[in-house]
Amino acid sequence: MPVRLEIRLFLTGCKRTLRLNRQILAFATLAALSTLAAAQVPPAPFTRFVVVLDAAHGGDDSGGRFKSGQSEKAFTLALNVRLRSLLAARGIAVVTTRESDAAVDPNRRAEIANHANAQACLSLHASETGGGIHLFASSLAPTSAVRFAAWKTAQAPWVTRSLALAGVLNSSLQHAGLAVTLDRTALPVVDSMTCPAIAVEVAPERIAGKQIKSALDDPAYQSRVASALAAALLEWRSEARQP
Amino acid sequence: MIRRFQAVLFFILLAASVVMGVVLWQLRERAHQRLLAGENSAPTSAPLVTPAEQATLMVANDADNSLLSQVQSLPLPQDRGARARLVLGKLLDLYAAPDSAHPVPGGASSIAQVFLLAAPAVERPRDPLGPAKPTVPATASLSGPQLAVVNLTGAFVASHPSGLATETLTVLSICATLHANLPRVTQVRFLVDGVQRPTLAGHADLTRTYLASQTAPTEGIHP
Repeated sequence: MPVRLEIRLFLTGCKRTLRLNRQILAFATLAALSTLAAAQVPPAPFTRFVVVLDAAHGGDDSGGRFKSGQSEKAFTLALNVRLRSLLAARGIAVVTTRESDAAVDPNRRAEIANHANAQACLSLHASETGGGIHLFASSLAPTSAVRFAAWKTAQAPWVTRSLALAGVLNSSLQHAGLAVTLDRTALPVVDSMTCPAIAVEVAPERIAGKQIKSALDDPAYQSRVASALAAALLEWRSEARQP
Repeated sequence: MIRRFQAVLFFILLAASVVMGVVLWQLRERAHQRLLAGENSAPTSAPLVTPAEQATLMVANDADNSLLSQVQSLPLPQDRGARARLVLGKLLDLYAAPDSAHPVPGGASSIAQVFLLAAPAVERPRDPLGPAKPTVPATASLSGPQLAVVNLTGAFVASHPSGLATETLTVLSICATLHANLPRVTQVRFLVDGVQRPTLAGHADLTRTYLASQTAPTEGIHP
């Protein structure tokens, strides 16, 4: 009796081991097949076009103070809302760095933009000096892409694309009859963004350099600027989708 | 009863005290005379008048976001730091003028100091598109490229108009003016009342080193 029992127990153990080995083998085969399949599938073309809007200043940081009494932070938030609506109506996904009068750290703004994996990032500003629209790309020298970029110079590999975006914005704004100046600057928020990034500064529309034609608080002027920016981003999306 | 030797000793000491008093009085008189002579020898002659030289100012224009070269005749001192301060003071005087194309209040007094130091070399990588890396040369001397540290006053920064374009123009015009008049100045850094400040008036970055030769900031050189 005990010998038969031992033999039966031995056979049961062998069967269990065999079954477990089969399961491990099946799992390993599946894993290998899925890895092969993943390696053979080309990377999916990007389908989601995301724009990041960064309304500058906010909270205690009011930015510039205009003669009308309005602050820069209020203007940028209003333009942010207007532009977001126009882009959403055209089916463009928009991520904003602030939706209210709240203070947002410059590094946090860049973090939001970088997590969004956006195809265009606009940092919105306003000033009463000068006239028209001032477009600023980062003044960092273009570099080749690196795996680990320094935070303060993360924009460097994107500068070429940023300059291309500035060109599209320039064309659209000029098409809307707005005076545009293109320049480069050292702005910490833009310098840390890993996307085509442009700082857009809106100044009053002037005649012959001095006399104000459209003030910053003119809703029609704001609407023209927002529409031109939205049209430029639509154009940028169509360019990005081209092979 | 006073003994004879005690009386003699007393008179000797008395005589010595009188002699020492006389000597001290004479020394005091001599010191007083020297002091009066020193006052008389104070510099009273007029300072030498430095000849006027041509200085190039890179003046900002808000209308088209440009820098325009403007040559002015100024009496410039020989000391390079003082020369830089004077030229920048003249530039800010133009900005403070009522009809300025780049209105910024403050004027010449807004430049507290300008320090000139040996500039750290910027090593260019093999890849022309690679990031630049700062290196300190083994023989840093004032005969090579120089780093200018411009110390602005807090009053100037507080009164500077806020705006990306106007702040960028102020910074770039200062860098370009320094390089135009002192070609060895290749890099510029900014302090406000002696300490580092994040931005000029909320926009232009003041924490980085600007390449004066390109009148644009460079990456890779960070504190």
